[in-house]
Amino acid sequence: MWIYEKKLQYPVKVSKCDPMMAKFLIEQYGGADGELAAALRYLNQRYTIPDKIIGLLTDIGTEEFAHLEMIATMVYKLTKDATAEEMKEAGLGAHYADHDKALFYHNAAGAPFTATYIQAKGDPITDLYEDIAAEEKARATYQWLINMSDDPDIIDSLSFLREREIVHSQRFREAVEILKEDQGRKKVF
Amino acid sequence: MSKTLSEEFYRLMEQLQEVDFVLVELTLYLDTHPEDYDAIKQFNEFAQKSMVLKQQIETKYGPLQQYGNSYSGYPWNWDQPPWPWQM
Repeated sequence: MWIYEKKLQYPVKVSKCDPMMAKFLIEQYGGADGELAAALRYLNQRYTIPDKIIGLLTDIGTEEFAHLEMIATMVYKLTKDATAEEMKEAGLGAHYADHDKALFYHNAAGAPFTATYIQAKGDPITDLYEDIAAEEKARATYQWLINMSDDPDIIDSLSFLREREIVHSQRFREAVEILKEDQGRKKVF
Repeated sequence: MSKTLSEEFYRLMEQLQEVDFVLVELTLYLDTHPEDYDAIKQFNEFAQKSMVLKQQIETKYGPLQQYGNSYSGYPWNWDQPPWPWQM
């Protein structure tokens, strides 16, 4: 069971209405290396991973939903005061035609979210390597997003998220070592 | 939709975010370092701090969680704004 908490993991402030930045940020909402993909990937892999790693996948998967909410909050705040004309100018005309200001799970280029972004191979080391790669790709995406923003508040929240990718990657690397150690031990008769 | 909240609410919320961040970080760390005694001690200390802060916030500003993880006021005050994206 999951329990929702009425609290963001880290404060999200925005200095101005900026629908174009929102368009780019959507990459981390419904994109291949975004927070939805991350949460679904880890929580789905839990069922077949060795017991020693289940807790880690559960906890990182859960934290990803908190990050998804932070991204949603940024997108919401950056677009809520935009006019139809401003949405259009920001390249969000096609989005507006279908969704108004509602959020939708697609990437920055408008491609809808797909389960093919994520894998569960059933081989523990393979799954963890995918997870490490996912964290590094998300970290890179956050860097590219930071490079495109001039809003100190947005940069602050994105920097927090970028750092979390680094920590998650580190924990997954440790999980690989735990598994290797375990597999090595089993070979000793 | 966006009710103006006192400075105190934002101060308490930020304190809770800080304390709960330590707990998230230690949770993940302990998932891969389950025998770090000092980290577990710190985890339990911060779990206590978090509980105290949550109680402080909930008494004044309403429940942070539901399904019975928080008490309710009368009338039912779980669905009262602001939600996190409205703060």
